[in-house]
Amino acid sequence: MRYLPKSPSERREMLEAIGVQSVNELFESIPEKFRLRAPLALPAALSEPEIIQYFQARAAENSKGYTSFLGAGVYSHVRSVVTDALVQRGEFLTSYTPYQAEFAQGTLTAIFEFQTLMCQLTGQEVANASMYDGSTALTEAVLMAERITGRHRVLVGRSVHPEYRHVLQTYAKNLGMQIEEIGYTESGQLDRAALKKESLEQAAAIVVQSPNFFGVIEEIAALAEAAHRSGALLVTGIAEAVSLGIVRPPAEADIVAMEGQSFGISPSYGGPYVGVIATRDKFVRQMPGRLAGQTTDAEGRRGFVLTLATREQHIRREKATSNICTNEALFALVATIHLSLLGKEGLREQALQNLAKARFAQAELETIPGVRRVFSGPSFNEFVLEFPRSVKMVNQDLLREKIIGPFALGTHYPELTKRALVCVTETTPRAEIERLAAATRKILERPV
Amino acid sequence: MSYKSTEIESPVGKILKAREHVSQNEGLIFEKSAPGKRGMELPPLDVPVLDASKALGKEFTRDAVEGFPEVSEIEVIRHFTRLSTWNYAIDLGMYPLGSCTMKYNPRVNEFVARLEGLATEHPEQPAEVSQGCLRILYDLQKCLLSITGMDAATLQPVAGAQGELTGLLMIRAYLQSQGNPRKTVLIPDSAHGTNPASVVIAGYEVKNIKSNARGQIDTDHLREFCTDDVAALMLTNPSTLGVFEERIAEIATILHERGALLYMDGANMNALAGVTRPGDFGVDVMHLNLHKTFSTPHGGGGPGAGPVLVKKGLEPFLPVPVVVQKEDGKFALDHSRPQSIGRVRAYCGNFGVLLRALAYILAYGPGIRQATEDAVLNSNYIRKKLEGVFDLPYNLPSMHEVVFSDARQKKHGVSTMDIAKRLIDYGFHPYTTAFPLIVPGAMMIEPTESESREECDFFIEAMRSIAAEAETNPELVKTAPHSTRIGRLDEVAAARKPVLRWKPEEGGSR
Repeated sequence: MRYLPKSPSERREMLEAIGVQSVNELFESIPEKFRLRAPLALPAALSEPEIIQYFQARAAENSKGYTSFLGAGVYSHVRSVVTDALVQRGEFLTSYTPYQAEFAQGTLTAIFEFQTLMCQLTGQEVANASMYDGSTALTEAVLMAERITGRHRVLVGRSVHPEYRHVLQTYAKNLGMQIEEIGYTESGQLDRAALKKESLEQAAAIVVQSPNFFGVIEEIAALAEAAHRSGALLVTGIAEAVSLGIVRPPAEADIVAMEGQSFGISPSYGGPYVGVIATRDKFVRQMPGRLAGQTTDAEGRRGFVLTLATREQHIRREKATSNICTNEALFALVATIHLSLLGKEGLREQALQNLAKARFAQAELETIPGVRRVFSGPSFNEFVLEFPRSVKMVNQDLLREKIIGPFALGTHYPELTKRALVCVTETTPRAEIERLAAATRKILERPV
Repeated sequence: MSYKSTEIESPVGKILKAREHVSQNEGLIFEKSAPGKRGMELPPLDVPVLDASKALGKEFTRDAVEGFPEVSEIEVIRHFTRLSTWNYAIDLGMYPLGSCTMKYNPRVNEFVARLEGLATEHPEQPAEVSQGCLRILYDLQKCLLSITGMDAATLQPVAGAQGELTGLLMIRAYLQSQGNPRKTVLIPDSAHGTNPASVVIAGYEVKNIKSNARGQIDTDHLREFCTDDVAALMLTNPSTLGVFEERIAEIATILHERGALLYMDGANMNALAGVTRPGDFGVDVMHLNLHKTFSTPHGGGGPGAGPVLVKKGLEPFLPVPVVVQKEDGKFALDHSRPQSIGRVRAYCGNFGVLLRALAYILAYGPGIRQATEDAVLNSNYIRKKLEGVFDLPYNLPSMHEVVFSDARQKKHGVSTMDIAKRLIDYGFHPYTTAFPLIVPGAMMIEPTESESREECDFFIEAMRSIAAEAETNPELVKTAPHSTRIGRLDEVAAARKPVLRWKPEEGGSR
């Protein structure tokens, strides 16, 4: 087998050196009745070309050749071949968690850079590296707010990504937390009038997402003020991180939980992505996840180490701030390289392109009879449209035109059937936007 | 053949493995920044330009991100390439970190994970255009069930620790459906730290149980501890000592008689694949670490994947969605499962990691047993050659890893950490230090199957040489490493006054 570096005679000689006749003797500590006698029922071994063939065949069964208008938490953005070339260097790809700092300064330095970039983007003072993704980062941010405030009620906007809320519920179920959902207004923003005083006074946090699941930007400063007045924290989720190129960062929030997939990470059918938690310095000891810190060696040379580990499970066990161990370090590196390439101007330009294209698409689609915009609040690269008929049915027809239509909000919001969440990024050519508009118009003109 | 130019003198003769190399200095990316540079250009905008503050309102917009880097493409290439040379990696040599299973990460797995049609797929796209992704998940599930002998699987958890939590939540839901979720989970003192941390999030109390003199579960002790309050025992098998629980059947029976379940932490599955199946020896719920046994790259800390496998009775409680094959042969995601514990992560988990694991399994087929045999062979070979040089606190048959202690070297003031750091000078990554907790001064060595006899011999030679140095020149070992670009770092200072981000005014020296 090509991955195994031993010849039959080397194996024999090693067995002799150990002092056993056969390799089976090395497994005698397993009770005999549990030792397998027959080979495992697995497909026969494949050579490298056959493995590639298998996966190419699977790729051909997916959406190659289709244009997609899906966002809803996962976004198609530009990626540079440089990022992929660098991240595939074995020294990054095949190294372990940098516990042996002298031998892992490459990873540690990049992590420190990642933490810095995330602080600059979010307007927060400290950021970790990393959480699994946006959904678990948001959940861990809520648990963190609970630890900080000692309160157990959480007020979560219904405009937060439904799957993020679902993960939060799964985690919170057995921890004595009460989750109260807060509705949205006609602007698509969290309904501040629905924040009841008695709830706020027991609340660990108000939890919002901005841009929210409807693509609408929330009023972070006002929400933070409402939370702080009652001793609660404001937790802000961000699913579309490219927005931070032009959208005001949630600096007033106490904890920011971000999905970094938009920074050079391919959609890859749901993962791996990279989650981030950013917060204020004063909360750092309640933070989950790894942190790299700057220090020096005996000769005063700058270096980086994993630090404040007394928060973590391998030291604190059941008293740790989280059970997280393996994280998404390689994708934190992808984001770091990607953002270094894109730079200050590039990120701003990218964000502006998203805004311009989304507005263009919205205007094009709104000219179709019966199609209208639903929410009045400011939106970035996603917007909600009302269709005169079921979005799922329209999408079925669009699929025949090799278009993956917008996300059908009725899936998660019973009151929003016939509402479609359209996403357009800088990677969507104008011609494809026009093709979507023309196809949708044709479909809606046809009698049901 | 002469190796003269690459030899290093050592107390045990000439050593072939390592030699010093130029290491380039490099500042932080922010320190290379200058206004107006960029490393990436976008195609021109093909729709009318908008003014952000007019389109969104001034209160919702920002200026350019303060402090963000501005560098060219070649600077980015050099910066990260230079940083990469400061790392050690599996691609450079043996990485004998016990419990971490640092094996070769096949390159074809990287290639297929990046294919158009796989890397490009959106998790919310309709099943009609996701049949390839769904089949990959389905095929992987089938393979993992075959390897473990379990009945049903979820691929959603994205790390071992998340797998633990998922498994525990399923145990809770299962017991709840029987009328009582119970209160405590038993954990041996040799367990990974994630085990107790996960137990707490699942709403259980941790009860630690002591290992016996042989480092194994004391079954009398277990009987005593296994009250009606106990939901499960979380067991790592082979244990973190690299030893198979010889009384595993009895352990399962004790638990089952009390209505409790056996959870297996599959972190050490690399010792078992193709040789024995947890489903056959009484395990009810387990997780696998695909970034260990199934070769997906650790990437400096992640990503991973922690699929959970269960027996039939727990199937209704799997997280949603579940990948299913319909009667017409098509694949689908089943969301309507009323007894499900819910979701532990958005979408279908770390698909990119899952498909790499499938590529690994496809490369071996049933021959995966050979990998297991080689892993156990390597660890026993190293054990044999280092016995007598280092103290072996538990003289039990080793599987994929062997745990020594620093008891002999301690007499000269040299600790496991010192020896680990000195290994760096010999061209190896250190083994795992100070774990498991039941071995004072532990030196936990897991070579994996990826090491040739030659690499194992180099490692043995290095360890013998360091043991000799500990006697003749302990200072040399205690101040190691001597070959890295920086020495041991001041971790106390890092934690006392944390500097966790770069700032222009305190950028520091290069």
